[in-house]
Amino acid sequence: MAAREAVLTLQAEVAQREEELSSLKQRLAAALLAEQESERLVPVSPLPPKAALSRDEILRYSRQLVLPELGVQGQLRLATASVLVVGCGGLGCPLAQYLAAAGVGRLGLVDYDVVEVSNLARQVLHGEALAGQAKVFSAAATLRRLNSAVECVPYAQALTPATALDLVRRYDVVADCSDNVPTRYLVNDACVLTGRPLVSASALRFEGQLTVYHYGGGPCYRCVFPQPPPAETVTSCADGGVLGVVTGVLGCLQALEVLKIAAGLGPSYSGSLLLFDALGGHFRCIRLRKRRPDCAACGERPTVADLQDYESFCGSSATDKCRSLQLLGPEERISVVDYKRLLDSGSPHLLLDVRPPVEVDLCRLPHALHIPLKHLERRNAESLKLLGEAIREGKQGTQEGASLPIYVICKLGNDSQKAVKILQSWTDLDSLTVRDVVGGLMAWAAKIDATFPQY
Amino acid sequence: MAAPLSVEVEFGAVVNPGKRAVRSLLFDGVKKHQVTLPGQEEPWDIRNLLVWIKKNLLKERPELFIQGDSVRPGILVLINDADWELLGELDYQLQDQDSILFISTLHGG
Repeated sequence: MAAREAVLTLQAEVAQREEELSSLKQRLAAALLAEQESERLVPVSPLPPKAALSRDEILRYSRQLVLPELGVQGQLRLATASVLVVGCGGLGCPLAQYLAAAGVGRLGLVDYDVVEVSNLARQVLHGEALAGQAKVFSAAATLRRLNSAVECVPYAQALTPATALDLVRRYDVVADCSDNVPTRYLVNDACVLTGRPLVSASALRFEGQLTVYHYGGGPCYRCVFPQPPPAETVTSCADGGVLGVVTGVLGCLQALEVLKIAAGLGPSYSGSLLLFDALGGHFRCIRLRKRRPDCAACGERPTVADLQDYESFCGSSATDKCRSLQLLGPEERISVVDYKRLLDSGSPHLLLDVRPPVEVDLCRLPHALHIPLKHLERRNAESLKLLGEAIREGKQGTQEGASLPIYVICKLGNDSQKAVKILQSWTDLDSLTVRDVVGGLMAWAAKIDATFPQY
Repeated sequence: MAAPLSVEVEFGAVVNPGKRAVRSLLFDGVKKHQVTLPGQEEPWDIRNLLVWIKKNLLKERPELFIQGDSVRPGILVLINDADWELLGELDYQLQDQDSILFISTLHGG
C-alpha cells in the first residue's frame, strides 16, 4: 500500500505546483501590463558610443568575434546599433531572436496584435502562457531572458502615418516583418523620407521573398512596385496558409542582412531579390532594377513628401485579418442561431459546404453536402450532378411541389455569399430559396457548438 | 519573317484571392511551360507574348493576371532572372531559349 500512498502524495504535490504555476502566470501577465504603462512614457535616447568590450562580452560573443570580417569593431557597431522591427509575427520573432542573441544594442518592437493560439506554430518567441497578451510584451520578455544586455522597446500599437516618421527616425535600420500591403508602402515611404535602409521579407504558403530597399542607391519598394496590387488579388497567411519554417528561414535571412548592415559589412540583397521555394527546395536570386528617377518616393521629383492614407491607396486594411464581405441582403442570409433552430425542427433543407477539401478534412458538419466554391464557379459537371441528386433526394421530404431551401456555409461567411450569388444566377436550379449562413462555421463554433474546431 | 522560338514560361508565386493559387486556377496548376512560339512577320516581344499566353495558357479570369496590354500591378516579370525593367519591359525582343518568370509580390509575414 506504500506505493499507493506515494502516488497520492505525488498527485497532491503536482496539483499544488500547478496551482502555484497558474498564479505565477497571472502575476507575470499583470507585470507585463504594468510594464506597458511605464515604458510608454520613457523617451528613447540615442545609444552612447562604446569604446571597448567587457570581459563578459568577449566570452559571450567569442564565436562571432573571432570572425575577422566582424571582429571587435563589428561587435562594437552592433552594440550601438538600433533596429526597428515592424511586426512581431512569423518573420519578426526569429529575426528579433537572432538580433538579440548577436548583441544588437536596441530593438524597437512594433505590433498592435495580441498572441493567439494559432500564432504559436510559427511565432516562436510567444508561448502558451501568454495567449491574449500583446505580442510586443511577450516578445520583449522572451528576448530579455535570452540577452538582458539588449534594450527592447515595445510599441503595442499599429504603425500609422501619424507615428511612423517619428518612430523610424529613432532607429538605424528597419526590418519590415509586416503582413499586409498598406503597411509595406507605409514602412517604405517612412524609410525613404528618413533615409533609413529597409530590410524586407515576406512569406506565404511554401514561398518567401527577401530584399533590401533604399540602400546605397538601390531601388525602394515603390521603384519595383509603383502601384499596389488589386485588393482582391492579395492573399494573407490566415487565408492562404503558411508553414512556420518558411517564415523562420526568411526571418533568419532577414536578420543576417540587418546584422551585416549594422556591423558595417554591407548587405547582399540590395538591388536583388531572393526567392525561396520551400516545396521545390530552390533558392533563386533575381537582379532588380536600379533606383527609378521617376519614383514617387525616392525619385528626382518625389510626390510622396509626407506620409499618406495607405489603406485607401491600397484599397485594403492594414491588418491580415479577414474582411467581411457584404454581397447579400439580410433576407438572403440566416444566423447560426436561426439555422440551428431550423435544423432542430427537422425542416427539410440542403446544407451546402463550399470550403476547399483541405479545410473540410479539418472539420465539418456531418449532414452537409460538400462542393468547393471553385467547382461552382467552373460549373463542374460532376458537382452539378451531385447537387441535383441531393436536391431531388431532399425534396422527397417536402410537401408535394414545394421547393427545397438551400443553405450555404463556409469558414467565415464570405465564400458562402459568393456561392449564393452563383446559385441564384442558375436558372435551371431546382430551388427557389438560397441563403448563406452568416459568419460560417467559425460562428457555429463560437455560438452553437463549443466542441467544433476553430482554425 | 521571324523564325519560331522556343522559350520557357514559368509562373512563380502568382497568387489570387482566397485559397487558390492563380497558377492552379489560371494555368491548370502547371508551373513551367516549355512553349514554341510560331514564326511570324514581326519579332516576338513581351507584349505579344502576353497576348499569346492569354490565348493559349490562361484558363479563366485573365483579369487576375493581365491588365490592359501589360501584367496587373503587383506582378513582376523576370527575363533570364533579371527584372524586365532593365531590358525594355513590354518591348523586349524574345530570344530563342529565353526563360520568362512571372512572380507576384508576397505580403504575408
